Amino acid sequence: MAEKEMRAVYAETLMELAARDRGIMVVEADLMRASGTMAFRDAYPDRAIDVGVAEANLVGVAAGLAAEGKVPFAATFGCFASRRAFDQFFVSCAYAKLPVKLVGTDPGISAAYNGGTHMPFEDIGIMRTVPGLDIVEPSDPASLKALVGALAASGKPGYLRLHRKAIEPIYGAEETFALGKGKLLREGGDVLIIALGAILVPAAMAAAKSLEAEGIDAAVIDALSAKPIDAELILAWARKTGAVVTAENHQLAAGFGSAVAEILAETGAARLARVGVEESFGEVGTQDYLAKRFGLTAEAIAQKAKTLLAKRIKP
Amino acid sequence: MTLEANERSRLESAAKEIRKRTIDAIGYLGVGHIGGALSIVELLAVLYYKHMRVEPAEPRMADRDRLVLSKGHAGPALYSALALKGFFPMDWLHTLNAGGTNLPSHCDRNRTPGIDMTTGSLGQGLSAACGIALANRIDGRKSFTFAVIGDGESDEGQVWEAAMFARHSKLSRLIAFTDYNKMQIDGTTESVLDLGALEEKWAAFGWATARVDGHDVEAIDNAIGEAKLRAETAGGVPTMIILDTIKGKGAAFCEGLVTNHNMSFTYETAKKAIADLG
Repeated sequence: MAEKEMRAVYAETLMELAARDRGIMVVEADLMRASGTMAFRDAYPDRAIDVGVAEANLVGVAAGLAAEGKVPFAATFGCFASRRAFDQFFVSCAYAKLPVKLVGTDPGISAAYNGGTHMPFEDIGIMRTVPGLDIVEPSDPASLKALVGALAASGKPGYLRLHRKAIEPIYGAEETFALGKGKLLREGGDVLIIALGAILVPAAMAAAKSLEAEGIDAAVIDALSAKPIDAELILAWARKTGAVVTAENHQLAAGFGSAVAEILAETGAARLARVGVEESFGEVGTQDYLAKRFGLTAEAIAQKAKTLLAKRIKP
Repeated sequence: MTLEANERSRLESAAKEIRKRTIDAIGYLGVGHIGGALSIVELLAVLYYKHMRVEPAEPRMADRDRLVLSKGHAGPALYSALALKGFFPMDWLHTLNAGGTNLPSHCDRNRTPGIDMTTGSLGQGLSAACGIALANRIDGRKSFTFAVIGDGESDEGQVWEAAMFARHSKLSRLIAFTDYNKMQIDGTTESVLDLGALEEKWAAFGWATARVDGHDVEAIDNAIGEAKLRAETAGGVPTMIILDTIKGKGAAFCEGLVTNHNMSFTYETAKKAIADLG
């Protein structure tokens, strides 16, 4: 796949699924233009519902549709999907075991000019508390397409952290993906970098390249799933390297790195340093400005890795 | 339309039986949401003994009518109706809220045969009912979706999001009820958060409305009959039927008590109330 707007991939994938499965629906809260699902509405007008600016009702209506066997993808900005409609999602969808796929768009700094009100640095943390929930954050068009398909087929509620903008491909069309499974992008023996999402995975690869120039051999995993995390893959490479750096477009508290910290602390597999937003609300700026502002860059990842390795206690 | 005398008597007997079983189930446990359970008993009798197309042996039958009890804490009244209709054995009623029970305080679609939606977090059920009604229309089913909300529950903003959506989406086969018993946990609805002109509010949201005595089976039956007829003929308009009710209706120890939302009482008290019903 060539570089492509992720929201276009999202909508096209749903249309492909809808052609085969009459149950596939999109439910939106006056953000169809943002989510890219206008094309879906044009193709399947009866299966695209716009509830207006009403996120609680968005999730509640989706729950009712799911109770009747539909597979609704209910989308809004990630801040509202998580913060504003959490109890609706928790009770009417997850607790009720109804397979609503909640889609939180514009994760973290990709909210850019919408600023602090619209910049979800906490949605993973919020959603991680939902028992049994699948949380995915695809890193490129191919992984997005495959994981939307996997969510649609799961029979369970899910949360998709959807980067809307154009993203360079990482994977070929033949690559296969599964919920709860990461991908090893690069082998390495000195340090393991585990990144999540369309901004930090390329940054992790760039960091690995710069570390290589300094004689440090970094492995890189594209996590893809924030819950369940791919403990098998992560622990295997954590044990090989003994040092892990996580990187996420999210705050550090209760984030993806926290999930990795849990399994590393319980197994003693490796030392850990985390790259993410430290105790801050979002703010306006370009995505590049915000990446530097909050330390979500290749340079920050490489620096964390070097600091961690310097402190490492050799057996 | 007036009910035939024997039909009226049949529905009143059903209501009495649901009421007795509800008092018994909560009394056996010793604590529960007795007030708001007893205020919807006549409605449940008219729905389950006259209007709702359901099949106890096949609780998820595709073309059944659906019920979302959005005021999920009234579950024990609904469980009594479902048990009497044969959805599950009567002796389940004595397992209310026991560890591992299929009959929790608040309705759970995954545990109880005949429960169509999980509810309990107030304000959410009407949205789900909208989704259910919409899905049935998309799939070409003629099923009605009934929803019961509380008056205190109507404080929730989501109720009004759903109200706008239902009218916009022309969900004429959605028939909702407000159990207007005029009490909530902290006092009367007027003192806690005045609902004002409740029926006019629903009318202003574009719904067809009716306001009837919620303990009069004939009045309830008529209002539902008119709503169904409207769905078949005029179309496009959901119906809200405001039921004037009394919280704790039919049990002297709690009827009209402002503290009856969730109260303790002994099984002896329950037995006396049941005997009083005759």
